[in-house]
Amino acid sequence: MESLTNTMLGVPLNHYILLSAIIFSIGVMGVLLRRNAIVIFMSIELMLNSVNLLLTAFSVYRGDAAGQVFVFFIMALAAAEVAVGLAIIVMVYRNTNSVDINVLNRLKW
Amino acid sequence: MNPFYVVAFLSIFFAILVISAKNPVHSILYLILTFFTFTIHYILLNAQFLAVVNFIVYMGAILVLFLYTLMLINLNEDSEPAKSNFVKIAAVIGGGCFLVTIVASIKALGQSNPVLMKNPDLGLVKNLGKVLFNEYLLPFEIASILLLSAMVGAVLLATKDKDPKAA
Repeated sequence: MESLTNTMLGVPLNHYILLSAIIFSIGVMGVLLRRNAIVIFMSIELMLNSVNLLLTAFSVYRGDAAGQVFVFFIMALAAAEVAVGLAIIVMVYRNTNSVDINVLNRLKW
Repeated sequence: MNPFYVVAFLSIFFAILVISAKNPVHSILYLILTFFTFTIHYILLNAQFLAVVNFIVYMGAILVLFLYTLMLINLNEDSEPAKSNFVKIAAVIGGGCFLVTIVASIKALGQSNPVLMKNPDLGLVKNLGKVLFNEYLLPFEIASILLLSAMVGAVLLATKDKDPKAA
């Protein structure tokens, strides 16, 4: 493991920021592009994961374990969010027979 | 060639496939691959605990949840009408604006230091456990309440519309 991680020494921090920004923007585009509520949810997961990766990279860069603890909390939060969100999507599907988010534009209040 | 760049390319490639796949099942399968590349990123950063948690929680639990929800929902592929081209272009520009901002600010920043391993056993379970159960004990306990409330909420929501019919 030590020799494997030693090969990582050459990667500048900027490249991690760039990778995370690209994945995050792909997630944003997915939210804006798609109409299927489940795919929108997956795009949100993509965004959460890109932030997780960036937090880990910063944590290793600074030698501070707090970043990785935060990633752990974000993962717990994502699990809770997915459970509730998918339950809502299932309920919406039962009521409207569709997971198209445009059906939901009658939600006014 | 540093393995980071290969894995990073794969991450971006699969992430694009996630949002461009027509069939939602294919999207989920590509998302599993994307998360697998993220696990490799964690291993390369020597964050072993996060790699294992990412593997088990994300690829094991969350994506199985997605797959089962998709199976509960009767999906027919023509149920998702494509958005108009104008909306698509606007979406790509909207997402790209963020990316352009970040790239421009990084360019202004100049060359950064490489990510060096200051503490080799930073991401190991032993070290993270000590931090988690000393400094972050209260957030850890609150996270358990969050998970409990999420579980209650999910059960409540998913079984809700049986009650009005019974009543």
